[in-house]
Amino acid sequence: MTAAALAARPRAALRLSKTRSILLLSAVAVLLYVPANGHLTLPLDTQAPLFIALNSFRDWMIANRTAWFFVFFFTPVREGTAGLVDFVTGWLTTLGWVGIAAIAGALGLVFVTWRTGVAVAGALVLVGLLGVWDATMVTLGQMIVAVALSLVIGIPIGIWAGRSDRVQRAVTPLLDLMQIMPTYAYLVPLVLLFFIGNGTATIATMIYAIPPAIRLTALGIRGVPAETVEAASSLGSTGWQVLRKVQIPMARSTIGLAVNQTIMMALSMVVITAFVGAGGLGEVLLKALEIQDVGGSFDAGVAIVLLAMVLDRLTASASQTSDRRRPGADRVSVADRRQIRAAGLVIAIVGIGLGVTQSWAHVFPSDYSLSFADPVNALVSWLEANAVWLTSGLKDVASSWLLDPLQQVLTAAPFWLVVGYAAALALIVSGRRAATVAAIAGLAIAALGVWRPAMETLTQVLFGVLIAMVVGVAVGTWAARSSLVSQIVRPINDALQTMPAFVYLIPALALFGPTRFTAVVAAVIYAIPAVTRLVEDGVRGVSVTAIESATSSGSTAFQVIRKVQLPMARRSLLAGLNQGVVLVLAMVVVGGLVGGQALGYHVVQGLAQASDFGIGLSAALAIVLLGVVLDRITQGAGARREVKRIEDE
Amino acid sequence: MTSTFPAPGPFAQARLAAGQQPSGETAISVKGLWKIFGPGEHKIIGTPLAELTRDELRLATGSNVAVRDVSFDVRPGEVFVVMGLSGSGKSTLIRCLTRLIEPTAGEVTFDGEEIGKASQARLRDLRRHRFSMVFQHFGLLPHRRVIDNVAFGLEVRGESKKARRDKAAQMLALVGLEGQEMRYPDQLSGGMQQRVGLARALAVDPDVMLFDEPFSALDPLIRRDMQNEVLRLHNEVGKTMIFITHDLAEALKLGDHVAIMRAGQIVQIGRPEEIVGAPADDYVADFVQDVPKSYVLTLGWIMREVRPGDPLDGPVYPSTTVIREAVRDVACSDSPIRIVDDGKLVGMVDRSMVLAAIAGTEPEA
Ligand SMILES: Nc1ncnc2c1ncn2[C@@H]1O[C@H](COP(=O)(O)OP(=O)(O)OP(=O)(O)O)[C@@H](O)[C@H]1O
Ligand SMILES: [Mg+2]
Repeated sequence: MTAAALAARPRAALRLSKTRSILLLSAVAVLLYVPANGHLTLPLDTQAPLFIALNSFRDWMIANRTAWFFVFFFTPVREGTAGLVDFVTGWLTTLGWVGIAAIAGALGLVFVTWRTGVAVAGALVLVGLLGVWDATMVTLGQMIVAVALSLVIGIPIGIWAGRSDRVQRAVTPLLDLMQIMPTYAYLVPLVLLFFIGNGTATIATMIYAIPPAIRLTALGIRGVPAETVEAASSLGSTGWQVLRKVQIPMARSTIGLAVNQTIMMALSMVVITAFVGAGGLGEVLLKALEIQDVGGSFDAGVAIVLLAMVLDRLTASASQTSDRRRPGADRVSVADRRQIRAAGLVIAIVGIGLGVTQSWAHVFPSDYSLSFADPVNALVSWLEANAVWLTSGLKDVASSWLLDPLQQVLTAAPFWLVVGYAAALALIVSGRRAATVAAIAGLAIAALGVWRPAMETLTQVLFGVLIAMVVGVAVGTWAARSSLVSQIVRPINDALQTMPAFVYLIPALALFGPTRFTAVVAAVIYAIPAVTRLVEDGVRGVSVTAIESATSSGSTAFQVIRKVQLPMARRSLLAGLNQGVVLVLAMVVVGGLVGGQALGYHVVQGLAQASDFGIGLSAALAIVLLGVVLDRITQGAGARREVKRIEDE
Repeated sequence: MTSTFPAPGPFAQARLAAGQQPSGETAISVKGLWKIFGPGEHKIIGTPLAELTRDELRLATGSNVAVRDVSFDVRPGEVFVVMGLSGSGKSTLIRCLTRLIEPTAGEVTFDGEEIGKASQARLRDLRRHRFSMVFQHFGLLPHRRVIDNVAFGLEVRGESKKARRDKAAQMLALVGLEGQEMRYPDQLSGGMQQRVGLARALAVDPDVMLFDEPFSALDPLIRRDMQNEVLRLHNEVGKTMIFITHDLAEALKLGDHVAIMRAGQIVQIGRPEEIVGAPADDYVADFVQDVPKSYVLTLGWIMREVRPGDPLDGPVYPSTTVIREAVRDVACSDSPIRIVDDGKLVGMVDRSMVLAAIAGTEPEA
């Protein structure tokens, strides 16, 4: 009898509360663990038939590049994309650094404010000073192509999904899956189809960047009040007229947000796609990470953050000014506006002229440089010498008290017990469907032959989520109760959330060296902002009356938090947990690169070495499946949100 | 029925009968209209399921009957009001008329043409030229100036920019919004926004105007202004109007005929005085019980037959006069009021009858 059945029976018979059911389930699991531990633990066998079969499949694919599906689909798609990227990058190089900085500055001036113009131009000059101008242009070219194609594909689909419930229903599960799927996971299968190269990197970026384009566009179209659409129809508009004259103009600022989000998502792929041949800043950062050159990766990381800032500033406000009747918009008169536009045009043309003709304005002069590499490396050495008692103390305590025992238990447990426990937990928390999915996904991980690394990854995820939740709930609650704290935390959160994930590895690596703990720390830093924000919003949403009535009956502040605010914000806490799990998993597998071992390590190896391809692909699939299991179990809150949405409709 | 209303007099009863047999001419005729939302939309009508109440049906099939077997006729040039509580199906009904919502069953005939059979192109044509609609939350386009909002219907049917702007400016003048042309909707008050909605509907010069609770988002004073505006426009341009409201006072004020809806069905159709004076059931009676009768009922509704020996020196009124308007004369005269239609004496009204109507009790005649 499985643990799932055991858990289901008392639940039905006795109608236990969820907490009690979980405790009972855990007790049963412990009882089963004692006699069964050590059996059926599925250790990793690198020569498993599945891996060998996958390797030969890869060889077969490579040998058959002339097969029709390559010739007529994959190859032209890849070559077309790569050609486009080369074309754009070529132009960026032709314009010279002065040309690019002038264009960016002019865009900032015309569409936002002169201050933004100066800031973005300055940021680009800074990028040049960091000595990574050429790499930045390679990355920028790829971003431009990936974002443009993502929008060309995503916006029409989004519009369609916004206008048709059926299309919306069809694409939603797909988008959900793409959202929880760690990007790392689809690189391996992608390489199988498209091979390594900047075309593949661009396609990988698009897979990640298209969902928000679709989702936000659909949201914008759906946000147009039904009555306004009806008013247009009632006057005899055709469907096309309604779309063009009503829905698109009224959804414009949300579609602007879609553009902005698409860019940010694409940027967050800069480093990861370096695994499949993206080149550019990602490659610089990755190479430095691989040799633990923290200072070198720091420069590239700063350049990525600067590039993100430039693109974010330019597009975030472009989407706002397009709503031409914002309060501030009237302050600039039409005549002024024309002058500003003329000035922008002049700046851009002069800049391009210089960049194309003058050699100092074309190639960034190498005499000037502002590398952080040396001071950062010095700092790292200093830390290694002087703070080692703190960092390694922290690391050792966490490892020997939490990570090791947990990993010990998970890897020694028979796989059926873990799968059964997960499924039963899903049943209790999120219902029967979630339990079925969790059980199937769990068994599939076992079948893929990567059970043991999956348990190692799970260990890191559980630990990371625990820390992220403790910190997130504490900070979120505090911020919700004190507007001063909130004012401090919000901008930090904003900044952290716009930063590409890989950047988080750098400080973690500097402090803790290449270990499993580093991956977890990076994952925790990555997940905390989202958790904090959800908790803060949830606690803030608790009705004032409930708090007042608790206070007036003499509760202490701590009692108010524990008995009123947190229970009433339960839904947000669960949503925070769900987000935390998804984000921690995404980052933990990336940590495979810096000594994180487990599934992430095998993915990196699979990308790097032909003989490890089979394990890499299995590990990648296992990451997705692990994500599905964890998402299902923690989805209780999300599921209820679904129901409510349907009711609202 | 435990009503405290004046029972309709013989004269009124005759008129009531006449009201149920409309004179031949109709602008819009609705027959057996149904709208069911949900999975079983086309599997319910004609089966025993159709006999279930709304809640029973929702439990049984998950489908929701919004409009159930509704029939009525609207005469050219009249204001036909549909009134009912929230959720009674009014919005669905009015949207079914021009197929903004596709009806499940039934016929809507306009000018002899069955709208349900019209092709999409023909339907668009009807919407562009013959019908227009005013909405509860205005449905204006926030990114367009007031004048371009008003011109929207003309733009959609392909008129030149100059022609449509000229026409839109005229319409704005008609609804009292000169000088607001170049502003944006969210710079206007609610009442002004609804005037824009009204101008937009008028601009296409429709035969029929449909109003879905156009004033319920406005505050009471502005609402009264807007009601008067509609009455004025109705007198000036003489369009046929179908007007949805959940406000009884509004229904009685505007309507030539009023239909009362409940749970998707029409429970009574009649002139305002018939609704107030002779509610068809407790539901309607409940609705009208707080209405001051003397504001709605006419002298013709309460008059008695002429008796030999009645003094013939009292004031003279036609039978269509609302009671309230005769109160002052009744108070000043000792003789009963003479009701004269077309120069013929048709009935008498005593002071006690007027007082009873004001008090809302049966006259002790
Ligand atoms: N698109 C829809 N899908 C399902 N049910 C609907 C839909 N539109 C309306 N209904 C249902 O039909 C019934 C009638 O709704 P309708 O909007 O016509 O009422 P109403 O009389 O206009 O109410 P209100 O005064 O609130 O505007 C309601 O029970 C409503 O829930
Ligand atoms: Mg309505």
